[in-house]
Amino acid sequence: MGMARWKWTGKAGRAALTAALIWAAFQPGAALAESIRLGSAISLTGKYSTNGDFTQKGYDLAAKAINERGGVEVAGKKYTLEIVYYDDESTPARGAQLAERLIAQDGVQYILGPYSSGLTKAMAPVTEKYGVPMVEANGASVSLFTEGYRYLFAVLSTTEQYLQPVVDLAAKVAHDPSRVRVAGAFENDPFSQDVQNGVLADIKRHGMKMVIEDKLPPELNDMSATLAKVRALRPDVLLVSGHARGAALAVRQLSDMRIELPMVGLTHCDSAQIIEKFGEKAEGFLCAAQWAPALKYSDLLFGSAADFARLYEETYGAPPPYQAAESAAAVMVFADAFERAGTLDPKAVRDALAETDMMTFYGPIRFDESGKNVAKPMVLYQVQDGEYKVVYPPEPAEAELRYPMHAR
Amino acid sequence: MIDNFLLLFDYPVLSADLALNGLLIGAVFVLAAFGMALVWGVLNIINIVQGEFVMLGGFVALMAAEAGLPVLLGIPIAALALFILGWGLYRLVIFRVIDRDLFVSVLATFGLSIVLQQLSNELFGADVRTLEAGLGTLLLFDGAVALAQIKVLAFFLALGLGLLLWLFLKYSRLGQAIRATAQNPRAASILGIDTDRVYAATYALNAALCGAAGGLVVMAWAIHPYIGLPYTVRSFLIVIVAGIGNIGAVVAAGLGLGAFENVAGFIFGTEYQIALVFLLMVLVLVWRNLRLQRKRMYLK
Repeated sequence: MGMARWKWTGKAGRAALTAALIWAAFQPGAALAESIRLGSAISLTGKYSTNGDFTQKGYDLAAKAINERGGVEVAGKKYTLEIVYYDDESTPARGAQLAERLIAQDGVQYILGPYSSGLTKAMAPVTEKYGVPMVEANGASVSLFTEGYRYLFAVLSTTEQYLQPVVDLAAKVAHDPSRVRVAGAFENDPFSQDVQNGVLADIKRHGMKMVIEDKLPPELNDMSATLAKVRALRPDVLLVSGHARGAALAVRQLSDMRIELPMVGLTHCDSAQIIEKFGEKAEGFLCAAQWAPALKYSDLLFGSAADFARLYEETYGAPPPYQAAESAAAVMVFADAFERAGTLDPKAVRDALAETDMMTFYGPIRFDESGKNVAKPMVLYQVQDGEYKVVYPPEPAEAELRYPMHAR
Repeated sequence: MIDNFLLLFDYPVLSADLALNGLLIGAVFVLAAFGMALVWGVLNIINIVQGEFVMLGGFVALMAAEAGLPVLLGIPIAALALFILGWGLYRLVIFRVIDRDLFVSVLATFGLSIVLQQLSNELFGADVRTLEAGLGTLLLFDGAVALAQIKVLAFFLALGLGLLLWLFLKYSRLGQAIRATAQNPRAASILGIDTDRVYAATYALNAALCGAAGGLVVMAWAIHPYIGLPYTVRSFLIVIVAGIGNIGAVVAAGLGLGAFENVAGFIFGTEYQIALVFLLMVLVLVWRNLRLQRKRMYLK
């Protein structure tokens, strides 16, 4: 079909094509109603390609669901959502360029965020400069929200909250929280340092004691120096944040070194596939997540969290990682803001975004001054009998916390 | 920091645990460093692709296991696959830079390393991957020292391969040809040695050693397409300290480096672990320079 179009090389052909396009544009209620174009530069190749793919699937699934329901109604008129994608190759410089291109060249006035804090950080100054709102679902770094950006909104919980629930749980199970001794190993990168800062604040609040505070160099492929300390000091809680590699190494080396602790909290368990790879060794670990299909949140578009998971699995043939869920929620936030703004003016949409207060299958969404979602708590899974079970927040928890972690 | 020192005194067995674990970490570096020393000595090339060979070896072992083969068989398979790849890369790229300036070969192998990183990202994805060898843990001193058996295997494999390499270089026909070529390529070729073939074999051998190391890395730690650089840097460091003509020194330097890293990381905190390794290298170089100066003075 594409070939047939390119055969029209003559001047007459081109004129006819132009005429046809103009005609199509002016047809009231043509096959597809007018669409609102959202733009996104995401990592389809490069080191974030796996998560970039999840992000895109989440965006697409939400746009499709909204369009099937009849689209978005703005001031009495129906619009469908259309998403323009570019591949940022997982590099921040490219992401910034593409944001510029989407806005200045393609005329996109609403941006869906890229994958990772680094890329979001690279793109935010551009969207800010043009006064184009960006709703993002995969940049959790606290530093994104200290710059005073007015056009940046994030649906996910920020990084400092990732392991805070573990500290909360530790305080809850302890007879005397002030006697709880915590060890931490955090990668020396912005993400994990944020995680550490959040944890330290909570530890201080509970009066707990930090006995180990190691910063793992990003190029380190072994944790035995830290774990030797853990072995000697036997802390009550161990927290590890080092992306998928940190999670994989922690599970593997704790078991290799025969260290058994009452409570261990990790980030990125699911991307490290600790259950699939390590089986029995992964039992009892606590894993931070933004969302889980077992949560009891629901909305009118997707239904419950479990309904979303089912639809996602039917569409893509695999259960949804939380990256896909939060990405879908970002599209829903935009749709909601368009309807409330009653206009497509980016400034008005921005103001409507700032007023967002909605419930989704992903959780409640309400932005504070700086644009981060302050309504949704983090989720903690525990690996129990070879499955992830939600043990926190207490309200929609699926299972009792196993404490100490190796208890059955 | 002082806490950590005191901790070592409170639990003396901890230092054994740290040092032994460190030695085992060093074993993998030793394997990669053997290859680097060989290639450096014979081809006069600083091979920046070293770490990528390790990484690819890991992925080959992973694929072999996923194809249903016994997990440990992945190590020789990785070595074999990398031998072939090394030979191919020699024929494709490396032979062109052999007689050129050192800078050209560094640039060429650096380029190769980027190409291999990106290709593996395309082929295998960017995820962190691990493989369970199912070997368990070796407990010493009533369980006070715990060593993963796969790391112990890595240690003995490094020693064994070092010995084999030494025997091979000393007694085999090809080994003698390699040494002859390293000493004087022109004389070697006049005497009928096919130096081009020797170069290819050396480069392929290097890749195979790294491949075996990679198989061990995926079973004892974790790999992803961008894991290579630390292995390149470590093997470079080991070769600089040990020199290029001495297999025993490479073993000593590699194991020493591993142990030093682990103990230093424990005492000063892991964030300084890598920095301390480099500091040690600088100190060794300064010390060696001083010694050489003294020798030079005698010569006067």
